[in-house]
Amino acid sequence: MTSNIAIESRDFSHFFGPLQTLKKINLQVFRNEILGIIGPAGSGKSTFLRSLNRLNDLVPGSRVEGTLKIDGKDIYAPDMSVVELRRKLGIVFATPVPLPRSIYENVAFGPKMAGVHSRRKLNELVADCLKQTTLWEEVKDRLDSSALKLSGGQQQRLCVARILALRPDYILLDEPCSGLDPISTMKIEESLRELKKQYTIILVTNNTKQAARVADRTAFFLSGEMIEIGQTEKIFTAPVDQRTNDYIVGRFG
Amino acid sequence: MYVNPRLEQRVVQSILWLFTAITVFILFYIIFFILKNGLPVLNYQFLTTNPTDMGKSGGIYSTIIGTIALTIGAILIATPLGVGTAIYLTEYTLESKITRVIRFGSECLAGIPSIIFGLFGFILFVTKLKFGWSILSGSLTLAFMILPTIIRTSEEALKSVPYNLREVSFSLGGTKWQTVTKVVLPSALPGIVTGVILSVGRSISETAAVIFTAGSALRIPTSIFSSSRTMAVHFYILAREGISMPNAYGTAAVLIIAILIINITAYRLMHKFMKKYS
Amino acid sequence: MTTLERNEKLIQLALLMIALSAISILAIITLFIFKEGMPIMFKYGVNKFLFGLDWYPTEQSFGLLPMIIGSLAVTAGSLIIGIPFGLACAIFLTEFSSLRLRQIIKPIIELLAGIPSVVYGFMGVIILVPFIREHLGGSGLSVLAASIILGIMILPTIISISIDSLQAVPRSYREGSIALGATKWQTTKMVTLPSAKSGIIASIILGMGRAIGETMAVIMIAGNAVSIPHSVLDPVRTLTSNIALEMGYASGEHRQALFATGVILFIIIMILNTIANATAAKQRTK
Repeated sequence: MTSNIAIESRDFSHFFGPLQTLKKINLQVFRNEILGIIGPAGSGKSTFLRSLNRLNDLVPGSRVEGTLKIDGKDIYAPDMSVVELRRKLGIVFATPVPLPRSIYENVAFGPKMAGVHSRRKLNELVADCLKQTTLWEEVKDRLDSSALKLSGGQQQRLCVARILALRPDYILLDEPCSGLDPISTMKIEESLRELKKQYTIILVTNNTKQAARVADRTAFFLSGEMIEIGQTEKIFTAPVDQRTNDYIVGRFG
Repeated sequence: MYVNPRLEQRVVQSILWLFTAITVFILFYIIFFILKNGLPVLNYQFLTTNPTDMGKSGGIYSTIIGTIALTIGAILIATPLGVGTAIYLTEYTLESKITRVIRFGSECLAGIPSIIFGLFGFILFVTKLKFGWSILSGSLTLAFMILPTIIRTSEEALKSVPYNLREVSFSLGGTKWQTVTKVVLPSALPGIVTGVILSVGRSISETAAVIFTAGSALRIPTSIFSSSRTMAVHFYILAREGISMPNAYGTAAVLIIAILIINITAYRLMHKFMKKYS
Repeated sequence: MTTLERNEKLIQLALLMIALSAISILAIITLFIFKEGMPIMFKYGVNKFLFGLDWYPTEQSFGLLPMIIGSLAVTAGSLIIGIPFGLACAIFLTEFSSLRLRQIIKPIIELLAGIPSVVYGFMGVIILVPFIREHLGGSGLSVLAASIILGIMILPTIISISIDSLQAVPRSYREGSIALGATKWQTTKMVTLPSAKSGIIASIILGMGRAIGETMAVIMIAGNAVSIPHSVLDPVRTLTSNIALEMGYASGEHRQALFATGVILFIIIMILNTIANATAAKQRTK
């Protein structure tokens, strides 16, 4: 019986050199929910997201304290396979970054690196993932053309498809709509509600309205601290902390 | 003394323009002069027959083969070392004492005159290791000489690949090596190839390092242990010993044309590469 | 951890070994040149090598002073030609020319670096040497001829490194000066050049290194006489020529003396490189 708690952060701190970017974060993420993380620039919300799949490891001088458990396992334990961890937690970045390859190769990239080489399996996977992100109809005739030729919104959906191909358990979204027009944003948000059935999703956004629209629960980060976490409705209507209220009504940030 | 700044500017600008024009003129003049005297000698036969009578008559076929053999050898040895070094420096490590030592080594190597490489190649490869005057000795010596160029250009090419492509590859579960081979290297390839092409140019032009390591035999080389004369060495001997001026001009013209093709190719490749990432 | 991840350590180690190749090669070259050249220097005395005037290597007379002076003379001469032309080109191309013109001329100048040194030497022999012989006297094979040809040969080095350091000067510096009413030349003179100073100096030192190290072109035009030149029209022999001219037939102590020549050349070059790298690094840290 798997616990309903998917991710558990206990006194988790993160440092870049002498700079403390996360201060003793305590929170839990439940299975199949969308957790929204809001907060102004520099609040540590992206750093937290990137700690979950250890992308911060790539930055020199990065260091952590406390524990971060995913599916009950401490992900900073020495025997942890970072590669497997990253396959389990697919991440979508703020600006779409297609690899300079074909649409097909972009989606097949992750599985190929994991050792899937059967052409038939890859074909199925690519088609399936593109369908889930509603991109299939738009690109099915030009899978071999360069991904760089797609529009911004299409590129971002491709990036979502690309991580779905990893067959992850979690989807991390780092301000995925910051560079997109309202219609593309709507499409992405729609697909998030659909994806929630299968995945646990963490959505970092600087657009509070977006969190209000799609998140089940919302956490508010400020200056590396988690100020408050709760049901989205409650956070937006009756926050406990004054700072949360100030941020939501737009007094700063 | 007061000089009107605008007047001063005009005078200075004219002088600078003149100096630049002279520099460009010199280059064109060299190319023009060699081609004017060399092209009449060039024909199919000149390129495809062996030199006879020490080069007084006949063509330059064996020296073309020698040049190509030596250059290919040098590139085959230097490219893996150079690209590997660049990958280590840009992808696998941060600035540290070790990288400083590696860079220092590469920069110093770049500054060593070719005659020193020649001396070294002669004593180590030709005499100590008993490779004799041979394509092997010459290729190894040339490889050491062009290594810094390949390291530097590869490093620049790798650095110009946007960081977020690496991040994407890692986030999709790629290991470092997979990221390097599947994402970074393909993107950096045109830049790396540019460096290799420029090194080909240097290998073709080189004389001092080659003459003491590959020797100056006029026969067509049959193995990597054969001594062989390159075009540059052949040209040097023809011109210096006054064996045959027409043949010297012809050889020089082939050299110049090769260098022109190499530089233009490298430049266009680099241009395309830079455009992609800017 | 997966197998792939475990292999990473091995790959990293292999790459480190490869990355150490350049410094290892440098070490091996240094070792061999010194091992071959030092014993004879100590046997007959370092002073004799550095300050001896006579070079009769088959009679145990190994004075390298004429060659040291020869190398220094042609290098100094090449700088007299190379610095004004090189800097003028670099300044013109970065500060005064249109982008389009620069994009055309820069690769052309880089092409100068690609022309084989034997071709430069040949041009010297065919055009410059007869010109000097007819108009200025002497045999034409001279310090002057070598200086001019070397001066041209080091232009690409001086120009491209100077351009890099001029371009590295932030645009805001220039804009600030122009905004105060200075002309372009005043801005260049007062603001841009001083800021790019260390890079330009590095370019000149590296050019010097190229000039001292050049061999084939110099052999063809410098005359190669072992004597201290008294005028720019006198022939000279440089350290590099000394090695290349006699390496073909030297043996025994004679060959060792040529390696000793290499040692001296090597030391001069290393000193120049170290200075150049230090000055270039100074600009980078700024």
